[in-house]
Amino acid sequence: MSEEVKKMIIDYVKKEYLEEDSAMEINEDTKLISSGIVDSFSMVSLKMFLEKKFSIKISDDKATPEAFDSANNIIHLLKEYTTI
Amino acid sequence: MAYSEKVKSFYEDEINSIRQAGLFKEERYIKSRQAAHIKVEYPNGAPTKNVLNFCANNYLGLSSHPEVIEAAHKGLEDRGYGLSSVRFICGTQDIHRELENKLSEFLGMEDTLLFPSCMEANAGLFEVMLDKEDAMIADRLVHASIVDGIRLCKAQLYNFKHSDMSHLEEKLQETQDCRMRLIITDGVFSMDGDIAKLDTICELAEKYDAMVMVDDSHATGFIGKLGRGTHEYCGVIDKVDIITTTLGKALGGAAGGCVSGKKEIVEMCRQRARPYLFSNTVPPVVVAAAIKVIDLISKSTDRRDKLEDNTNYFREKMVQAGLDIKKGDSPIVPVMLYNAKLAQDIARDLYAEGIYVVGFFFPVVPKAQARIRTQISADHEKEHLDKAIEAFTKIGDKYNILGKKKEEIIAMYGM
Repeated sequence: MSEEVKKMIIDYVKKEYLEEDSAMEINEDTKLISSGIVDSFSMVSLKMFLEKKFSIKISDDKATPEAFDSANNIIHLLKEYTTI
Repeated sequence: MAYSEKVKSFYEDEINSIRQAGLFKEERYIKSRQAAHIKVEYPNGAPTKNVLNFCANNYLGLSSHPEVIEAAHKGLEDRGYGLSSVRFICGTQDIHRELENKLSEFLGMEDTLLFPSCMEANAGLFEVMLDKEDAMIADRLVHASIVDGIRLCKAQLYNFKHSDMSHLEEKLQETQDCRMRLIITDGVFSMDGDIAKLDTICELAEKYDAMVMVDDSHATGFIGKLGRGTHEYCGVIDKVDIITTTLGKALGGAAGGCVSGKKEIVEMCRQRARPYLFSNTVPPVVVAAAIKVIDLISKSTDRRDKLEDNTNYFREKMVQAGLDIKKGDSPIVPVMLYNAKLAQDIARDLYAEGIYVVGFFFPVVPKAQARIRTQISADHEKEHLDKAIEAFTKIGDKYNILGKKKEEIIAMYGM
């Protein structure tokens, strides 16, 4: 299940943050925030996407740049809210 | 005293980490008026150097214009130095209202409210306009002051890829169940110098029932044939609902900003915008000089036209010299270098040649997008532009970047 969710996150990041002609490869360990792919202002889209997808509300103290810094970190965060 | 060694070392460590990250900002002392020619002491303690300024927001060259200075003197004499009050107690003079009316007329808006700065206009606007059942849909490259204002507002935030109109449309579709929608953008983006696609934005706003807000700080006074701003340039003067802008750039460059737009929204700001309510009034000397600025640029477009000529000339010659500049129509001309150290080294070498410019790199701009941002002014004469182009050519040649594409520069210097 986590593998499917990881793929879903990576697909969303590519669609939401990369230009269509971008050749950048993203995997489960790719740094998203600290690498600058997703800035802290844009991170909200990703948070909202996950909240809608899993019908959860991620609290502000958990929605840190570290928690969103890779697909793996996000999976770790999601496990606190849902059984994936 | 509770400022213990432990507390002190906490701050020292933070400052050191800023230095180590290469983000430490140093002030440079300018010992003259703001103009094309300035006298600078840099580094601190170094002999004063005469340089040509290519990094000011003094687009119209009005910061030290004799008529503006004279109007400031007269304002100081007639209305005093300070008002020692917020606007709504005893801080509103007749000239504040006069300036607000002139700004409304110039911008083509219903009403205007002055703020101490555009930073504060942006900080106060959104929480006044929207609540949690509403949506803010912002371009991802909006100015930091808008980001701060958005954070103070309870409305749901959505953002779209920079100037990507189909992504904006997706977000508008996603937010159709919200009570109200506000599209938020800069008019001219300060780091890239590109102009928002306001014509398409306004079309989408009509289609999906959204309001449009534009921060035109890098446009008011010179973008558009009459200099009214991005909405004039894009032919949508009557379709933009709110403009925030500054008096701190082209319009004399001293201080102050405003919210201008639909009269109900401006009135809501007058009643509820916290930075307006709890900040001191804009000083009379600034107001009097700003009135003169609006009179000057309403009467003649000479300075705006000269800025356009200068910009076209500079852009054309820089491209001919082989420098990689971001295309556009605005007087913000980014020279792309991609590597942070290269941008800093070239800026330093240009300073030695008498050209004052600054390198920008992550996190101010995205990674691998380091650049020198040059800004053209109506105060620049052709010989100033030629001197800058000559210096860029000389230093560009030293670093072997002339005629090189992005990939080639990155191959030589890294990202």
